[in-house]
Amino acid sequence: MNRPSASNRAVRSVLLVLFALFFMFPLYAMADFSTRNLIQGGRTLDAWKSLVADDTLYSAITISLALAAFTVVVMLAVLVPTMIWVRLRAPWAKGMVDFLCLLPLTIPALVIVVGMRGVYEWVTYFFGESTLTLTFVYVVLVLPYANRAIDAALSAIDLQTLSEAARSLGAGWTTTIVRIVVPNIWSGILSAAFISIAVVLGEYTIASLSGYQNLQVVIVQIGKSDGPTSVAASLATLLFGFVLLSLLSLLTRRRRHGVQGQGVEDSAVVAALSTPQLQGGA
Amino acid sequence: MAGNGISRRAREALPLVPFLAFVFIFLLIPTVTVVVSSVYDQGTFSLERIQALFTGTALSALWKSVLLSATTAVIGATLGAVLAGLVVSSPPSSLFRRSVVSVCSVLAQFGGVALAFAFLATIGLNGVLTVWAQDHFGWNLAGAGWLYSLTGLILVYTYFQIPLMVIVFLPALEGLREQWREAAVSLGATSWQYWRQVAIPLLTPAFLGSMLLLFANAFAAYATAAALVSQGSPILPLLIRAALTSEVVLGQAGFAYALALEMIVVVAVVMVAYSALVRRTARWLQ
Repeated sequence: MNRPSASNRAVRSVLLVLFALFFMFPLYAMADFSTRNLIQGGRTLDAWKSLVADDTLYSAITISLALAAFTVVVMLAVLVPTMIWVRLRAPWAKGMVDFLCLLPLTIPALVIVVGMRGVYEWVTYFFGESTLTLTFVYVVLVLPYANRAIDAALSAIDLQTLSEAARSLGAGWTTTIVRIVVPNIWSGILSAAFISIAVVLGEYTIASLSGYQNLQVVIVQIGKSDGPTSVAASLATLLFGFVLLSLLSLLTRRRRHGVQGQGVEDSAVVAALSTPQLQGGA
Repeated sequence: MAGNGISRRAREALPLVPFLAFVFIFLLIPTVTVVVSSVYDQGTFSLERIQALFTGTALSALWKSVLLSATTAVIGATLGAVLAGLVVSSPPSSLFRRSVVSVCSVLAQFGGVALAFAFLATIGLNGVLTVWAQDHFGWNLAGAGWLYSLTGLILVYTYFQIPLMVIVFLPALEGLREQWREAAVSLGATSWQYWRQVAIPLLTPAFLGSMLLLFANAFAAYATAAALVSQGSPILPLLIRAALTSEVVLGQAGFAYALALEMIVVVAVVMVAYSALVRRTARWLQ
Protein backbone atom coordinates (compact mmCIF):
# COMPACT_ATOMS: atom_id res chain seq x y z
CA MET A 1 0.00 0.00 0.00
CA ASN A 2 2.85 2.39 0.81
CA ARG A 3 5.11 1.45 -2.10
CA PRO A 4 2.94 0.87 -5.14
CA SER A 5 4.97 -1.10 -7.68
CA ALA A 6 4.74 -0.47 -11.42
CA SER A 7 2.50 -3.46 -12.07
CA ASN A 8 0.35 -2.46 -9.13
CA ARG A 9 -0.07 1.00 -10.59
CA ALA A 10 -0.91 -0.44 -14.01
CA VAL A 11 -3.66 -2.60 -12.49
CA ARG A 12 -5.04 0.43 -10.66
CA SER A 13 -5.14 2.53 -13.81
CA VAL A 14 -6.82 -0.21 -15.82
CA LEU A 15 -9.47 -0.68 -13.14
CA LEU A 16 -10.11 3.05 -12.92
CA VAL A 17 -10.49 3.32 -16.69
CA LEU A 18 -12.97 0.43 -16.67
CA PHE A 19 -15.01 2.05 -13.89
CA ALA A 20 -14.96 5.40 -15.69
CA LEU A 21 -16.12 3.73 -18.91
CA PHE A 22 -18.97 1.92 -17.20
CA PHE A 23 -20.21 5.09 -15.51
CA MET A 24 -19.59 7.66 -18.22
CA PHE A 25 -20.57 5.75 -21.33
CA PRO A 26 -24.34 5.69 -20.65
CA LEU A 27 -24.22 9.46 -20.09
CA TYR A 28 -22.36 9.97 -23.35
CA ALA A 29 -24.83 7.62 -25.06
CA MET A 30 -27.72 9.79 -23.87
CA ALA A 31 -26.14 12.89 -25.41
CA ASP A 32 -25.39 11.03 -28.63
CA PHE A 33 -28.79 9.33 -28.87
CA SER A 34 -30.77 12.50 -28.22
CA THR A 35 -29.02 14.41 -30.99
CA ARG A 36 -29.17 11.66 -33.61
CA ASN A 37 -31.42 12.00 -36.60
CA LEU A 38 -32.95 8.54 -36.75
CA ILE A 39 -34.57 8.99 -40.14
CA GLN A 40 -32.06 10.87 -42.28
CA GLY A 41 -28.88 10.26 -40.33
CA GLY A 42 -26.62 13.03 -39.11
CA ARG A 43 -27.35 15.34 -36.20
CA THR A 44 -30.42 17.23 -35.15
CA LEU A 45 -31.48 19.20 -32.09
CA ASP A 46 -35.18 18.45 -32.60
CA ALA A 47 -35.42 16.33 -29.46
CA TRP A 48 -33.95 19.14 -27.38
CA LYS A 49 -36.17 21.74 -29.01
CA SER A 50 -39.28 19.77 -28.09
CA LEU A 51 -38.42 20.26 -24.41
CA VAL A 52 -40.04 23.67 -24.82
CA ALA A 53 -41.97 23.11 -28.06
CA ASP A 54 -43.93 20.06 -26.87
CA ASP A 55 -46.81 21.41 -24.79
CA THR A 56 -47.31 18.34 -22.62
CA LEU A 57 -43.62 18.14 -21.83
CA TYR A 58 -43.25 21.86 -21.25
CA SER A 59 -46.18 22.01 -18.85
CA ALA A 60 -44.85 18.92 -17.05
CA ILE A 61 -41.51 20.68 -16.62
CA THR A 62 -43.18 23.76 -15.14
CA ILE A 63 -45.37 21.60 -12.87
CA SER A 64 -42.34 19.72 -11.58
CA LEU A 65 -40.40 22.93 -11.00
CA ALA A 66 -43.37 24.38 -9.12
CA LEU A 67 -43.62 21.16 -7.09
CA ALA A 68 -39.93 21.44 -6.25
CA ALA A 69 -40.35 25.05 -5.12
CA PHE A 70 -43.42 24.30 -2.99
CA THR A 71 -41.74 21.26 -1.46
CA VAL A 72 -38.70 23.31 -0.49
CA VAL A 73 -40.85 26.06 1.08
CA VAL A 74 -43.07 23.68 3.06
CA MET A 75 -40.09 21.51 4.09
CA LEU A 76 -38.18 24.52 5.40
CA ALA A 77 -41.23 25.93 7.17
CA VAL A 78 -41.91 22.62 8.91
CA LEU A 79 -38.40 21.40 9.56
CA VAL A 80 -36.21 24.40 10.40
CA PRO A 81 -38.22 25.76 13.37
CA THR A 82 -38.72 22.23 14.68
CA MET A 83 -35.03 21.37 14.57
CA ILE A 84 -34.01 24.65 16.18
CA TRP A 85 -36.64 24.29 18.89
CA VAL A 86 -35.60 20.72 19.63
CA ARG A 87 -32.00 21.77 20.13
CA LEU A 88 -32.85 24.78 22.28
CA ARG A 89 -35.84 23.85 24.38
CA ALA A 90 -36.80 20.22 23.95
CA PRO A 91 -33.63 18.12 23.73
CA TRP A 92 -35.63 15.15 24.99
CA ALA A 93 -37.39 15.06 21.62
CA LYS A 94 -34.28 15.13 19.42
CA GLY A 95 -33.99 11.36 19.15
CA MET A 96 -37.62 11.06 18.14
CA VAL A 97 -37.43 13.84 15.52
CA ASP A 98 -34.28 12.38 13.97
CA PHE A 99 -35.85 8.93 13.92
CA LEU A 100 -39.01 10.19 12.23
CA CYS A 101 -36.95 12.09 9.69
CA LEU A 102 -34.99 8.98 8.76
CA LEU A 103 -38.07 6.73 8.57
CA PRO A 104 -38.79 7.48 4.90
CA LEU A 105 -35.54 5.69 4.09
CA THR A 106 -36.90 2.44 5.47
CA ILE A 107 -40.50 2.84 4.33
CA PRO A 108 -40.31 2.65 0.53
CA ALA A 109 -42.19 5.29 -1.49
CA LEU A 110 -44.03 2.39 -3.08
CA VAL A 111 -45.52 1.48 0.30
CA ILE A 112 -46.52 5.08 0.99
CA VAL A 113 -48.35 5.35 -2.31
CA VAL A 114 -50.24 2.10 -1.69
CA GLY A 115 -51.44 3.34 1.70
CA MET A 116 -52.02 7.02 1.02
CA ARG A 117 -55.27 6.85 -0.93
CA GLY A 118 -57.42 7.57 2.14
CA VAL A 119 -55.28 10.53 3.17
CA TYR A 120 -55.31 11.96 -0.33
CA GLU A 121 -59.09 11.80 -0.54
CA TRP A 122 -59.05 14.37 2.23
CA VAL A 123 -56.25 16.38 0.64
CA THR A 124 -58.13 16.69 -2.65
CA TYR A 125 -61.29 17.50 -0.71
CA PHE A 126 -59.55 20.52 0.85
CA PHE A 127 -57.15 21.57 -1.89
CA GLY A 128 -58.78 20.26 -5.06
CA GLU A 129 -57.46 17.91 -7.71
CA SER A 130 -54.05 19.24 -8.54
CA THR A 131 -50.66 17.72 -9.17
CA LEU A 132 -49.33 20.33 -6.73
CA THR A 133 -50.97 18.46 -3.85
CA LEU A 134 -48.09 15.99 -4.20
CA THR A 135 -46.10 18.62 -2.30
CA PHE A 136 -47.25 17.13 1.01
CA VAL A 137 -45.99 13.63 0.40
CA TYR A 138 -42.83 14.94 -1.28
CA VAL A 139 -41.94 16.85 1.87
CA VAL A 140 -41.93 13.50 3.66
CA LEU A 141 -39.70 11.99 0.95
CA VAL A 142 -37.04 14.70 1.31
CA LEU A 143 -37.03 14.72 5.13
CA PRO A 144 -34.00 12.39 5.53
CA TYR A 145 -31.72 14.50 3.31
CA ALA A 146 -32.97 17.84 4.54
CA ASN A 147 -32.64 16.73 8.16
CA ARG A 148 -29.02 15.65 7.67
CA ALA A 149 -28.05 18.87 5.92
CA ILE A 150 -29.68 21.20 8.43
CA ASP A 151 -28.51 19.14 11.38
CA ALA A 152 -24.89 19.37 10.23
CA ALA A 153 -25.19 23.15 9.87
CA LEU A 154 -26.82 23.51 13.30
CA SER A 155 -24.09 21.43 14.92
CA ALA A 156 -21.48 23.77 13.48
CA ILE A 157 -22.76 26.89 15.29
CA ASP A 158 -23.17 27.74 18.94
CA LEU A 159 -26.93 27.84 18.79
CA GLN A 160 -27.45 28.21 22.54
CA THR A 161 -25.28 31.31 22.89
CA LEU A 162 -26.63 32.94 19.75
CA SER A 163 -30.23 32.55 20.76
CA GLU A 164 -29.62 33.58 24.39
CA ALA A 165 -27.88 36.72 23.15
CA ALA A 166 -30.77 37.50 20.84
CA ARG A 167 -33.38 36.77 23.49
CA SER A 168 -31.65 38.82 26.16
CA LEU A 169 -31.62 41.77 23.76
CA GLY A 170 -35.37 41.45 23.54
CA ALA A 171 -35.93 39.40 20.40
CA GLY A 172 -38.91 37.08 20.32
CA TRP A 173 -38.62 33.47 19.12
CA THR A 174 -39.66 34.29 15.56
CA THR A 175 -37.09 37.09 15.27
CA THR A 176 -34.42 34.89 16.81
CA ILE A 177 -35.04 32.10 14.33
CA VAL A 178 -35.54 34.19 11.22
CA ARG A 179 -32.95 36.93 11.75
CA ILE A 180 -30.30 35.28 13.91
CA VAL A 181 -30.24 31.51 13.44
CA VAL A 182 -31.27 31.14 9.79
CA PRO A 183 -28.53 33.46 8.42
CA ASN A 184 -26.01 31.36 10.33
CA ILE A 185 -27.15 28.01 8.93
CA TRP A 186 -27.55 29.30 5.40
CA SER A 187 -25.28 26.65 3.86
CA GLY A 188 -27.29 23.84 5.45
CA ILE A 189 -30.57 25.34 4.30
CA LEU A 190 -29.22 25.75 0.80
CA SER A 191 -28.03 22.18 0.54
CA ALA A 192 -31.30 20.90 2.01
CA ALA A 193 -33.13 22.90 -0.66
CA PHE A 194 -30.93 21.72 -3.53
CA ILE A 195 -31.15 18.07 -2.58
CA SER A 196 -34.92 18.38 -2.24
CA ILE A 197 -35.18 19.92 -5.70
CA ALA A 198 -33.13 17.06 -7.14
CA VAL A 199 -35.32 14.45 -5.42
CA VAL A 200 -38.60 16.07 -6.49
CA LEU A 201 -37.56 16.56 -10.13
CA GLY A 202 -36.65 12.87 -10.32
CA GLU A 203 -39.71 11.50 -8.55
CA TYR A 204 -41.73 8.96 -10.51
CA THR A 205 -43.07 6.30 -8.14
CA ILE A 206 -45.69 8.26 -6.24
CA ALA A 207 -46.81 10.50 -9.09
CA SER A 208 -47.29 7.69 -11.59
CA LEU A 209 -49.12 5.35 -9.21
CA SER A 210 -51.47 8.02 -7.89
CA GLY A 211 -52.33 9.19 -11.38
CA TYR A 212 -50.65 12.59 -11.47
CA GLN A 213 -48.59 13.91 -14.35
CA ASN A 214 -45.23 15.22 -13.28
CA LEU A 215 -42.10 15.49 -15.40
CA GLN A 216 -40.96 11.89 -15.02
CA VAL A 217 -44.41 10.45 -15.72
CA VAL A 218 -44.61 12.45 -18.95
CA ILE A 219 -41.05 11.43 -19.91
CA VAL A 220 -42.07 7.77 -19.68
CA GLN A 221 -45.25 8.40 -21.68
CA ILE A 222 -43.37 10.19 -24.45
CA GLY A 223 -40.72 7.46 -24.43
CA LYS A 224 -43.23 5.02 -25.85
CA SER A 225 -43.42 6.94 -29.13
CA ASP A 226 -40.47 9.35 -29.18
CA GLY A 227 -37.29 7.93 -27.65
CA PRO A 228 -34.88 10.79 -28.37
CA THR A 229 -37.10 13.40 -26.68
CA SER A 230 -37.40 11.30 -23.55
CA VAL A 231 -33.67 10.74 -23.48
CA ALA A 232 -33.07 14.47 -23.95
CA ALA A 233 -35.44 15.31 -21.11
CA SER A 234 -33.82 12.71 -18.84
CA LEU A 235 -30.37 14.05 -19.61
CA ALA A 236 -31.58 17.61 -19.03
CA THR A 237 -32.93 16.69 -15.57
CA LEU A 238 -29.66 14.99 -14.78
CA LEU A 239 -27.50 17.89 -15.96
CA PHE A 240 -29.66 20.27 -13.96
CA GLY A 241 -28.98 18.14 -10.88
CA PHE A 242 -25.23 18.14 -11.59
CA VAL A 243 -25.25 21.92 -11.98
CA LEU A 244 -27.15 22.38 -8.71
CA LEU A 245 -24.69 20.20 -6.83
CA SER A 246 -21.61 21.80 -8.39
CA LEU A 247 -23.00 25.25 -7.59
CA LEU A 248 -23.45 24.08 -4.06
CA SER A 249 -19.90 22.85 -3.63
CA LEU A 250 -18.54 25.99 -5.33
CA LEU A 251 -20.56 28.14 -2.98
CA THR A 252 -19.43 26.34 0.13
CA ARG A 253 -15.80 26.21 -0.95
CA ARG A 254 -15.68 29.97 -1.48
CA ARG A 255 -17.08 30.59 1.97
CA ARG A 256 -14.65 28.14 3.52
CA HIS A 257 -11.61 30.16 2.46
CA GLY A 258 -12.54 33.11 4.62
CA VAL A 259 -13.53 31.21 7.73
CA GLN A 260 -11.13 29.48 10.10
CA GLY A 261 -13.52 26.69 10.94
CA GLN A 262 -12.62 25.09 7.64
CA GLY A 263 -14.39 21.97 6.56
CA VAL A 264 -17.41 22.93 8.62
CA GLU A 265 -19.28 24.43 5.69
CA ASP A 266 -18.48 21.40 3.60
CA SER A 267 -19.83 19.02 6.17
CA ALA A 268 -23.45 19.99 5.57
CA VAL A 269 -23.12 19.20 1.90
CA VAL A 270 -21.31 15.93 2.46
CA ALA A 271 -23.77 14.87 5.14
CA ALA A 272 -26.72 15.54 2.90
CA LEU A 273 -25.20 13.85 -0.09
CA SER A 274 -23.93 10.80 1.69
CA THR A 275 -27.19 9.93 3.39
CA PRO A 276 -27.58 6.31 2.32
CA GLN A 277 -30.49 6.49 0.02
CA LEU A 278 -33.09 3.93 -0.83
CA GLN A 279 -34.05 4.09 -4.45
CA GLY A 280 -37.66 3.73 -3.46
CA GLY A 281 -37.55 7.44 -2.89
CA ALA A 282 -36.17 8.34 -6.26
CA MET B 1 -44.81 20.29 41.14
CA ALA B 2 -45.86 17.36 38.96
CA GLY B 3 -48.57 19.44 37.31
CA ASN B 4 -46.03 22.17 36.70
CA GLY B 5 -43.67 19.69 35.03
CA ILE B 6 -46.41 18.43 32.77
CA SER B 7 -47.46 21.89 31.68
CA ARG B 8 -43.81 22.75 31.02
CA ARG B 9 -43.47 19.62 28.89
CA ALA B 10 -46.62 20.60 27.05
CA ARG B 11 -45.26 24.10 26.37
CA GLU B 12 -42.04 22.59 25.09
CA ALA B 13 -43.88 20.09 22.90
CA LEU B 14 -46.34 22.55 21.38
CA PRO B 15 -43.99 23.90 18.64
CA LEU B 16 -43.31 20.31 17.57
CA VAL B 17 -46.97 19.76 16.70
CA PRO B 18 -46.83 20.88 13.01
CA PHE B 19 -43.90 18.58 12.29
CA LEU B 20 -45.41 15.63 14.15
CA ALA B 21 -48.79 16.13 12.50
CA PHE B 22 -47.15 16.23 9.09
CA VAL B 23 -45.20 13.03 9.59
CA PHE B 24 -48.21 11.38 11.20
CA ILE B 25 -50.60 12.19 8.35
CA PHE B 26 -48.33 11.66 5.37
CA LEU B 27 -46.06 8.88 6.55
CA LEU B 28 -47.48 6.97 9.49
CA ILE B 29 -51.13 6.83 8.45
CA PRO B 30 -50.30 5.43 4.98
CA THR B 31 -47.99 2.83 6.52
CA VAL B 32 -50.52 1.80 9.15
CA THR B 33 -53.21 1.70 6.45
CA VAL B 34 -51.11 -0.82 4.53
CA VAL B 35 -50.55 -3.01 7.59
CA VAL B 36 -54.16 -2.91 8.77
CA SER B 37 -55.76 -3.25 5.34
CA SER B 38 -53.80 -6.36 4.57
CA VAL B 39 -55.55 -8.25 7.37
CA TYR B 40 -58.85 -6.33 7.61
CA ASP B 41 -61.34 -6.51 4.80
CA GLN B 42 -64.26 -4.12 5.27
CA GLY B 43 -64.00 -4.23 9.02
CA THR B 44 -63.57 -7.94 9.48
CA PHE B 45 -60.36 -9.72 10.23
CA SER B 46 -59.31 -12.01 7.42
CA LEU B 47 -56.11 -13.67 6.34
CA GLU B 48 -57.28 -14.08 2.78
CA ARG B 49 -55.07 -11.28 1.43
CA ILE B 50 -52.03 -12.64 3.25
CA GLN B 51 -52.75 -16.10 1.90
CA ALA B 52 -52.72 -14.65 -1.60
CA LEU B 53 -49.02 -13.92 -1.02
CA PHE B 54 -48.35 -17.65 -1.16
CA THR B 55 -49.77 -18.18 -4.62
CA GLY B 56 -47.54 -18.87 -7.59
CA THR B 57 -47.44 -15.33 -9.07
CA ALA B 58 -46.64 -13.63 -5.78
CA LEU B 59 -44.01 -16.17 -4.74
CA SER B 60 -42.30 -16.01 -8.10
CA ALA B 61 -42.24 -12.19 -7.96
CA LEU B 62 -40.80 -12.31 -4.44
CA TRP B 63 -38.16 -14.82 -5.47
CA LYS B 64 -37.12 -12.78 -8.50
CA SER B 65 -36.96 -9.62 -6.40
CA VAL B 66 -34.76 -11.37 -3.85
CA LEU B 67 -32.58 -12.75 -6.64
CA LEU B 68 -32.25 -9.31 -8.26
CA SER B 69 -31.51 -7.56 -4.97
CA ALA B 70 -29.04 -10.19 -3.76
CA THR B 71 -27.16 -10.36 -7.06
CA THR B 72 -26.84 -6.59 -7.41
CA ALA B 73 -25.93 -6.30 -3.72
CA VAL B 74 -23.07 -8.80 -4.09
CA ILE B 75 -21.82 -7.35 -7.39
CA GLY B 76 -22.28 -3.76 -6.21
CA ALA B 77 -20.61 -4.40 -2.86
CA THR B 78 -17.61 -6.19 -4.38
CA LEU B 79 -16.97 -3.70 -7.18
CA GLY B 80 -17.81 -0.76 -4.92
CA ALA B 81 -15.30 -1.99 -2.32
CA VAL B 82 -12.65 -2.29 -5.05
CA LEU B 83 -13.35 1.26 -6.21
CA ALA B 84 -13.33 2.53 -2.62
CA GLY B 85 -9.99 0.77 -2.14
CA LEU B 86 -8.58 2.51 -5.21
CA VAL B 87 -9.81 5.85 -3.91
CA VAL B 88 -8.70 5.54 -0.30
CA SER B 89 -4.99 5.25 -1.09
CA SER B 90 -4.87 8.84 -2.36
CA PRO B 91 -5.00 11.60 0.28
CA PRO B 92 -8.45 12.85 1.40
CA SER B 93 -7.88 16.35 0.06
CA SER B 94 -6.69 15.25 -3.39
CA LEU B 95 -8.74 16.38 -6.36
CA PHE B 96 -9.07 12.79 -7.58
CA ARG B 97 -10.59 11.52 -4.36
CA ARG B 98 -12.88 14.49 -3.88
CA SER B 99 -14.21 14.24 -7.42
CA VAL B 100 -14.76 10.47 -7.24
CA VAL B 101 -16.69 10.90 -3.99
CA SER B 102 -18.88 13.68 -5.33
CA VAL B 103 -19.53 11.91 -8.64
CA CYS B 104 -20.48 8.80 -6.65
CA SER B 105 -22.88 10.71 -4.46
CA VAL B 106 -24.63 12.08 -7.52
CA LEU B 107 -24.70 8.72 -9.30
CA ALA B 108 -26.02 6.89 -6.23
CA GLN B 109 -29.04 9.20 -6.46
CA PHE B 110 -29.29 8.60 -10.18
CA GLY B 111 -31.98 5.98 -10.06
CA GLY B 112 -35.35 6.08 -11.63
CA VAL B 113 -36.56 6.98 -15.06
CA ALA B 114 -33.42 8.79 -16.24
CA LEU B 115 -31.31 5.70 -15.57
CA ALA B 116 -33.67 3.49 -17.53
CA PHE B 117 -33.42 5.86 -20.50
CA ALA B 118 -29.64 6.05 -20.16
CA PHE B 119 -29.43 2.30 -20.69
CA LEU B 120 -32.04 2.33 -23.45
CA ALA B 121 -29.87 4.90 -25.23
CA THR B 122 -26.83 2.68 -24.69
CA ILE B 123 -27.89 -0.88 -25.38
CA GLY B 124 -31.55 -0.59 -26.30
CA LEU B 125 -32.71 -1.55 -29.79
CA ASN B 126 -31.29 1.63 -31.37
CA GLY B 127 -28.80 2.27 -28.59
CA VAL B 128 -25.47 3.89 -29.32
CA LEU B 129 -23.46 0.83 -28.31
CA THR B 130 -25.86 -1.52 -30.09
CA VAL B 131 -25.62 0.36 -33.36
CA TRP B 132 -21.84 0.66 -33.07
CA ALA B 133 -21.38 -3.07 -32.41
CA GLN B 134 -23.75 -3.88 -35.26
CA ASP B 135 -21.84 -1.67 -37.71
CA HIS B 136 -18.37 -2.79 -36.72
CA PHE B 137 -18.69 -6.42 -35.71
CA GLY B 138 -22.15 -7.44 -36.83
CA TRP B 139 -23.06 -8.31 -33.25
CA ASN B 140 -26.58 -7.85 -32.01
CA LEU B 141 -26.18 -6.62 -28.44
CA ALA B 142 -29.86 -5.91 -27.90
CA GLY B 143 -30.78 -9.43 -28.96
CA ALA B 144 -34.09 -10.82 -27.69
CA GLY B 145 -34.69 -7.74 -25.52
CA TRP B 146 -32.66 -9.02 -22.57
CA LEU B 147 -32.43 -5.45 -21.25
CA TYR B 148 -36.11 -5.74 -20.27
CA SER B 149 -35.58 -9.00 -18.39
CA LEU B 150 -34.08 -9.78 -15.01
CA THR B 151 -30.56 -9.82 -16.49
CA GLY B 152 -31.07 -6.32 -17.83
CA LEU B 153 -32.34 -5.09 -14.47
CA ILE B 154 -29.24 -6.56 -12.79
CA LEU B 155 -26.98 -4.56 -15.11
CA VAL B 156 -28.95 -1.34 -14.69
CA TYR B 157 -29.23 -1.63 -10.89
CA THR B 158 -25.47 -2.21 -10.65
CA TYR B 159 -25.07 1.30 -12.02
CA PHE B 160 -26.44 2.87 -8.82
CA GLN B 161 -25.35 0.14 -6.41
CA ILE B 162 -21.59 0.58 -6.96
CA PRO B 163 -21.55 4.33 -6.17
CA LEU B 164 -23.75 3.76 -3.11
CA MET B 165 -21.28 1.15 -1.89
CA VAL B 166 -18.38 3.59 -2.32
CA ILE B 167 -20.17 6.16 -0.20
CA VAL B 168 -21.17 3.85 2.64
CA PHE B 169 -17.99 1.74 2.67
CA LEU B 170 -15.38 4.51 2.32
CA PRO B 171 -15.71 5.68 5.96
CA ALA B 172 -14.93 2.12 7.16
CA LEU B 173 -11.83 1.94 4.96
CA GLU B 174 -10.78 5.37 6.23
CA GLY B 175 -11.14 4.04 9.76
CA LEU B 176 -8.32 1.53 9.25
CA ARG B 177 -5.47 3.18 11.09
CA GLU B 178 -1.98 3.22 9.64
CA GLN B 179 -0.65 2.40 13.14
CA TRP B 180 -2.41 -0.97 13.09
CA ARG B 181 -0.56 -1.92 9.95
CA GLU B 182 2.71 -0.64 11.40
CA ALA B 183 2.08 -2.59 14.61
CA ALA B 184 1.38 -5.77 12.64
CA VAL B 185 4.44 -5.30 10.45
CA SER B 186 6.72 -4.54 13.42
CA LEU B 187 5.50 -7.79 14.98
CA GLY B 188 6.72 -9.56 11.84
CA ALA B 189 3.51 -9.86 9.85
CA THR B 190 3.67 -9.91 6.08
CA SER B 191 1.35 -7.67 4.14
CA TRP B 192 -0.84 -10.69 3.36
CA GLN B 193 -1.02 -11.64 7.06
CA TYR B 194 -1.97 -8.07 7.98
CA TRP B 195 -4.85 -8.13 5.52
CA ARG B 196 -6.02 -11.63 6.45
CA GLN B 197 -5.75 -11.33 10.21
CA VAL B 198 -6.31 -7.62 10.91
CA ALA B 199 -7.88 -5.63 8.13
CA ILE B 200 -10.37 -8.10 6.69
CA PRO B 201 -11.81 -9.19 10.07
CA LEU B 202 -12.20 -5.50 10.96
CA LEU B 203 -13.86 -4.64 7.68
CA THR B 204 -16.15 -7.66 7.43
CA PRO B 205 -19.04 -6.28 9.52
CA ALA B 206 -18.95 -3.00 7.58
CA PHE B 207 -18.83 -4.88 4.29
CA LEU B 208 -21.76 -7.14 5.17
CA GLY B 209 -23.71 -4.20 6.57
CA SER B 210 -23.21 -2.19 3.39
CA MET B 211 -24.27 -5.21 1.39
CA LEU B 212 -27.53 -5.39 3.34
CA LEU B 213 -28.14 -1.70 2.69
CA LEU B 214 -27.61 -2.32 -1.01
CA PHE B 215 -30.03 -5.25 -0.85
CA ALA B 216 -32.76 -3.11 0.72
CA ASN B 217 -32.01 -0.36 -1.77
CA ALA B 218 -32.55 -2.64 -4.74
CA PHE B 219 -35.51 -4.41 -3.17
CA ALA B 220 -37.45 -1.17 -2.68
CA ALA B 221 -36.49 0.38 -6.03
CA TYR B 222 -39.43 0.90 -8.33
CA ALA B 223 -39.00 3.71 -10.86
CA THR B 224 -36.10 2.25 -12.86
CA ALA B 225 -37.78 -1.11 -13.30
CA ALA B 226 -41.17 0.47 -14.02
CA ALA B 227 -39.77 2.69 -16.75
CA LEU B 228 -37.81 -0.17 -18.29
CA VAL B 229 -40.38 -2.97 -18.08
CA SER B 230 -43.71 -1.62 -19.28
CA GLN B 231 -45.50 -4.94 -19.49
CA GLY B 232 -45.55 -7.94 -17.23
CA SER B 233 -44.56 -7.95 -13.59
CA PRO B 234 -41.53 -10.14 -12.98
CA ILE B 235 -40.54 -8.51 -9.67
CA LEU B 236 -42.43 -7.56 -6.51
CA PRO B 237 -42.59 -3.75 -7.08
CA LEU B 238 -44.02 -4.32 -10.55
CA LEU B 239 -46.55 -6.80 -9.21
CA ILE B 240 -47.66 -4.08 -6.78
CA ARG B 241 -48.10 -1.77 -9.77
CA ALA B 242 -50.21 -4.40 -11.52
CA ALA B 243 -52.35 -4.92 -8.43
CA LEU B 244 -52.82 -1.18 -7.96
CA THR B 245 -53.67 -0.30 -11.54
CA SER B 246 -55.90 -3.24 -12.38
CA GLU B 247 -58.31 -2.44 -9.62
CA VAL B 248 -61.27 -3.38 -11.73
CA VAL B 249 -60.60 -6.97 -10.86
CA LEU B 250 -62.27 -7.48 -7.52
CA GLY B 251 -59.94 -7.79 -4.58
CA GLN B 252 -56.84 -6.62 -6.46
CA ALA B 253 -56.49 -3.44 -4.40
CA GLY B 254 -56.50 -5.59 -1.29
CA PHE B 255 -53.76 -7.68 -2.81
CA ALA B 256 -51.62 -4.53 -3.23
CA TYR B 257 -51.84 -3.97 0.54
CA ALA B 258 -50.60 -7.47 1.27
CA LEU B 259 -47.75 -7.12 -1.24
CA ALA B 260 -46.77 -3.77 0.25
CA LEU B 261 -46.79 -5.35 3.71
CA GLU B 262 -44.47 -8.03 2.40
CA MET B 263 -42.14 -5.31 1.17
CA ILE B 264 -42.21 -3.52 4.55
CA VAL B 265 -41.38 -6.76 6.36
CA VAL B 266 -38.45 -7.67 4.11
CA VAL B 267 -36.96 -4.17 4.17
CA ALA B 268 -37.46 -3.87 7.94
CA VAL B 269 -35.73 -7.18 8.66
CA VAL B 270 -32.81 -6.23 6.42
CA MET B 271 -32.49 -2.76 7.97
CA VAL B 272 -32.53 -4.14 11.53
CA ALA B 273 -29.70 -6.51 10.62
CA TYR B 274 -27.95 -3.58 8.95
CA SER B 275 -28.07 -1.39 12.04
CA ALA B 276 -26.82 -4.28 14.20
CA LEU B 277 -23.81 -4.63 11.90
CA VAL B 278 -23.24 -0.86 11.90
CA ARG B 279 -23.09 -0.88 15.70
CA ARG B 280 -20.58 -3.71 15.55
CA THR B 281 -18.49 -1.82 13.00
CA ALA B 282 -18.50 1.31 15.16
CA ARG B 283 -16.62 -0.58 17.88
CA TRP B 284 -13.36 -0.33 15.92
CA LEU B 285 -13.86 1.76 12.84
CA GLN B 286 -15.38 5.17 13.21
